Amino acid sequence: MKEMHPGTVDVLIIGGGNAALCAALMAREAGASVLLLEAAPREWRGGNSSHTRNLRCMHDAPQDVLTESYPEEEFWQDLLKVTGGVTNEKLARLAIRESSHCRDWMRKHGVNFQPSLSGTLHLSRTNAFFMGGGKALVNAYYRSAEALGVRIRYEAPVDRIELENGVFRAAWVGDERIAARACVMAAGGFESNREWLREAWGQNENGEWPADNFAIRGTRFNRGVLLKAMIDAGADMIGDPSQSHCVAIDARAPLYDGGICTRIDCVSLGIVVNKHAARFYDEGEDFWPKRYAIWGRLVAQQPGQIGFSIIDAKANGRFMPPVFPGATADTLEELARQLGIDEAAFVRTVGEYNAACHVGTFDHTVQDDCHTEGLSPAKTHWALPIDTPPFRGYALKPGITFTYLGLKVNEQAAVHFSDVPSPNLFVAGEMMAGNVLGKGYTAGVGMTIGTTFGRIAGAHAAAAARQGESHAIA
Amino acid sequence: MQSLEALAREATDLAAGRNLPALNADEAEVGRILQICNACRYCEGFCAVFPAMTRRLAFDKADVHYLANLCHNCGACLHACQYAPPHEFAVNVPQAMATVRARTYSDFAWPTGFGKLYRNNGVTVALAVAGGLALFLVLALMVQGTLFHTPLAGDFYAIFPHNLLVSMFAPVFLFAALALGIGVARFWREAAPGAASGAAIAETTHDVLRLTYLDGGHGQGCNNADDAFTLARRRYHHLTFYGFMLCFAATSVATLYHYVFGWEAPYAFTSLPVVLGTVGGIGLLIGPAGLFWLNLKRHPEHGDAAQKPMDRGFIALLFFTSLTGLALLAGRDTSAMGLLLAVHLGVVMGLFLTMPYGKFAHGFYRSAALLKWAIEKRRPNPVGVGSDG
Repeated sequence: MKEMHPGTVDVLIIGGGNAALCAALMAREAGASVLLLEAAPREWRGGNSSHTRNLRCMHDAPQDVLTESYPEEEFWQDLLKVTGGVTNEKLARLAIRESSHCRDWMRKHGVNFQPSLSGTLHLSRTNAFFMGGGKALVNAYYRSAEALGVRIRYEAPVDRIELENGVFRAAWVGDERIAARACVMAAGGFESNREWLREAWGQNENGEWPADNFAIRGTRFNRGVLLKAMIDAGADMIGDPSQSHCVAIDARAPLYDGGICTRIDCVSLGIVVNKHAARFYDEGEDFWPKRYAIWGRLVAQQPGQIGFSIIDAKANGRFMPPVFPGATADTLEELARQLGIDEAAFVRTVGEYNAACHVGTFDHTVQDDCHTEGLSPAKTHWALPIDTPPFRGYALKPGITFTYLGLKVNEQAAVHFSDVPSPNLFVAGEMMAGNVLGKGYTAGVGMTIGTTFGRIAGAHAAAAARQGESHAIA
Repeated sequence: MQSLEALAREATDLAAGRNLPALNADEAEVGRILQICNACRYCEGFCAVFPAMTRRLAFDKADVHYLANLCHNCGACLHACQYAPPHEFAVNVPQAMATVRARTYSDFAWPTGFGKLYRNNGVTVALAVAGGLALFLVLALMVQGTLFHTPLAGDFYAIFPHNLLVSMFAPVFLFAALALGIGVARFWREAAPGAASGAAIAETTHDVLRLTYLDGGHGQGCNNADDAFTLARRRYHHLTFYGFMLCFAATSVATLYHYVFGWEAPYAFTSLPVVLGTVGGIGLLIGPAGLFWLNLKRHPEHGDAAQKPMDRGFIALLFFTSLTGLALLAGRDTSAMGLLLAVHLGVVMGLFLTMPYGKFAHGFYRSAALLKWAIEKRRPNPVGVGSDG
């Protein structure tokens, strides 16, 4: 494949995760010369994609690793439910339909699939798991991209974009100007920009800045530089800038890249108290996979942005083993001491809860009839007294997965300025996921959006580059 | 499903540290890493280690020994790992497993003190081969007075009488088999998984003979130099293993010829022992050569660098066993047969002497671990995590 003007690439890809790689591969397959700029060094490449594990897929019949069927309408209804309607039906259905046939292309580029992992049986119908997880997928895409001749540069963070009336001209990495005929931005959200997060979450009534106590579950390189630059350039934005996907994770999680293993999955099996040893929400409201994403915000609203998940020995072995051992004690007083919360208040809270437990037939696989009576807040399912030592406690803090703010797009993944699509600037992945997922989350949908719009953006960028070239010649 | 009471009791025991031998630093590192893996589980599809891990909530000494020997050091989970270095969790499963694995060979070795021979194994192998060579060269000189002789038409026994060879090799071979057998039996007994069903034995045989867990779980192979998959290691290992087995078959057939039929060596080039030995010998040249090349190119974070001398020593032993055997076959009608024979026998003696105290052991320990897995996976999962809504 040719490079007509050395020094000017056809398609410039900014970002190095799933959406960026999908765009790079599609553009290259369409015959364009492609340069990919990844902000991170090689060993940290791939952004949040390295922490993912599956892709939500529409399918009308069982397909290799996917059981039964997951038709378009059901996927759409699920999306409608989790977003509360904050979605664009046209774009959402596009992503849903694309998810039904993109996996052969993914396999061609080296991605392997496996049946759903143990502990995730509830996803075996809807989600195709990557063998080895997202980093294996990212590795496969980079290998394929390199083999196809995509040029890759690491440690190349783009600071700003040069635009001319909505037309992309060049990207700037420090003092270096990199011109291209078309560009795909897929550089993630702003969740690792601590200052921006602080501003987005604001100050609470106690004078605290909650975001100061958050961990970022993914990459430290999603600093939102391009998002900010595009806001400044007047691009049309979408999604609530103050919102992020926020889950409760182990308070000992690293500041960045804690990924999936820092989740605490025992909330529905016990109680959760704040630092004053008070309960604050129904731990048994629904199945944990459907509720885990609200607990980050719940904990963020507590003083000190900390909570403590408390279980007894009966819960042992019933939830995904946590990455760090919990505080363990034979008495509630000792547990409170270890967790640094008030002993008397803690013993009182547990006592009140235990007394309120109305134990029927415990069954963690259904919404059972074990519940509290006369307790506020109630625990509506799986309420068993906390009475069998050893008792365990896990400190929880909010962990941010991604942010919702993004660039408004059309079905070609084009960036818009005052409702006019740019002819050669496209966007994919987390930077535009808010078009489809304006709120909430459901497993694997981020990768569905990233793959779909990455592929669309890459293909259209290659076409735009070709067109730009013929204009230049004419 | 294990009862809640049993799980609670187990947890209490765990918390109190009852009945559990303390983990050494290498074993504790495996425990630390598996705690992280068990909370992640992305690698479940690669091999048997991770499904076996999910049947446990904590990892005692026996678990760590078992899982370390179940690991084939394919490298897939390292390249796929979101927590691999430079992540602060510094998860490197193949490396941690390899370090413990070598310790298990050494700790389970019989006689116990001989386990030390696994450390500095390069020296062990070198000394064994040097000793073997010296023994047979001196013996040849003593018998013949010279290393060269008039051509003897391949009659080995004219130089080293048959009974002399049997009296030297049979005890060494039997000792090696006994020592290895006792070592593996100790490993087995540390956490015996119960009786093996026919199905479990059949599955293990299949997984051993096909090297199932070097296929990456997707059939594209394992990792070697980087994150790309390759079937080269599996194929070179097959050439090595089946080459070795054919050579072993050649010797067995010849033994049968000798004792049952009274047909004494030398055998014709078209005879079964020579054909088996030649085909096997070629496999045992290409296989180890390929494995050596892969070993040189291996990603530095794979496995335990301290064991490279052991790996390469064993590879070299196999290669030279075959090379000297084929050279002997080629030169058996010349006046150098005595010298070639002495060198070949010396190398073979080195191989036999180090069998229970070198890399050879890995096949036996890993097969035992695979059988443990085949038995274990047929039992109900003691951990009920997977049934969550």
